[in-house]
Amino acid sequence: MLLNLPPVAAGRLRVAVSSLFLPLFGLAGSSQSIIDRAAYASLTRNTLIGEIERLRQTNQQLQLADMQGRAALDENVRLRSLLGWQPQARWTLKAARVVGRDPTTWWRTITLDFGERHGARVGQPVLTSDGLVGRIREVYPMTSQVVLVGDNECGVSTVIRETRDQGLIQATAADPIGEGVVLLRTLQHSPGILAGHSVVTSGLGGVFPPGIPVGQVLDTRPAEGGLYTEARVRLAARFNRLEEVWILTRQQP
Amino acid sequence: MNRVPITLLLLTTWLAVFGQTQFPTLFGDLGMPLDIRPALIVYAALTHGLPTVLGIALVSSLGTDALSANPIGVSLVPSFVLGLVLNLRRHLLLREQGYAQMWLGLSGGIAVPLMTWGLLLMDDRHAPIGFGVLFRILLIGFLNAAACPALFVVFDGLRDVFDYKPIPEMGFRKDREIKRGRT
Repeated sequence: MLLNLPPVAAGRLRVAVSSLFLPLFGLAGSSQSIIDRAAYASLTRNTLIGEIERLRQTNQQLQLADMQGRAALDENVRLRSLLGWQPQARWTLKAARVVGRDPTTWWRTITLDFGERHGARVGQPVLTSDGLVGRIREVYPMTSQVVLVGDNECGVSTVIRETRDQGLIQATAADPIGEGVVLLRTLQHSPGILAGHSVVTSGLGGVFPPGIPVGQVLDTRPAEGGLYTEARVRLAARFNRLEEVWILTRQQP
Repeated sequence: MNRVPITLLLLTTWLAVFGQTQFPTLFGDLGMPLDIRPALIVYAALTHGLPTVLGIALVSSLGTDALSANPIGVSLVPSFVLGLVLNLRRHLLLREQGYAQMWLGLSGGIAVPLMTWGLLLMDDRHAPIGFGVLFRILLIGFLNAAACPALFVVFDGLRDVFDYKPIPEMGFRKDREIKRGRT
């Protein structure tokens, strides 16, 4: 803006300057993995055996759930083809590590060690096992920048699971300690929304697939003279504790 | 002047920019980065020349903008303006007093993010507006108020270590020796 550079030159300058920090990001990642390994090495044998047993049980439960899910998916595909509907896009997951947060106080972005060389593309959804995190905003050769839910650049079309009311997640900058809280504005007045209701992505807009957990309603109030309902939503993903995330990659049907 | 203190100052700035992107658990709940760049600019402006101030402003601003969602270069002008004003008026400032350093750190810590935020609001990127942002800018000011005197202590100590020492003059000068008696 101030340097008045054309977008291509500004992008190249950004890549060049950010690459100066790559050694530090690598060093921080290596240090973290050394600390993790040291922590694992200090665990007792009994603890590790207990952990393996617990993971084995979880694995069996997940395999069962996966089998049921696949059966339901196959049925869904058959029914869609019988009805003549378009097949749904399938998504695959790729893991990435969070290597940095936005150094300013007004934007909400994180940096991942997942760049163009790893298959990152602008717009890909990012999530954790808790819920939606955001979408990829910019892609560099070795890293990518993710804009988090709650930033002005990351609007999310959502639906309340219990009432099926649709709405849009917006940023709220007025709350001084409110990084984990965002504002949901419904498309119409919806008095049935209550605290504790679950908010999930609606799939409208095509960026985020439907059904990803976004958060839970904290409280509601009528807005614009009762035309809409505004709800404060506590996000499911804990942005302050993000270490590893998943990137959803769309598979062509 | 020895180049080591300036190199160390630039290196610290580079590490400080990187440090801002880390430590999510320390300041994450407040949404505030560990931003000590204004304190570094204040120190550079009060103890070094304009080229050093420009160097620190370039490293800190371009680094921060490249690692954030800021348009690249947006924080360069606020950082350099702070450094320039302090450098030009440093003969009027009580720069060796701890409380003056603290107030300068506080003022710089508030002024630089506030000016950058103001520039962003003029842009079409829709930077957030609200008391939350102002509250965090105030916290950054307090952080820099604490960091500025500490930087003076550390870097003045480093300067003492690395700067060339003046040759000590001996009290006794042979050419001024008064010789008594006949030789």
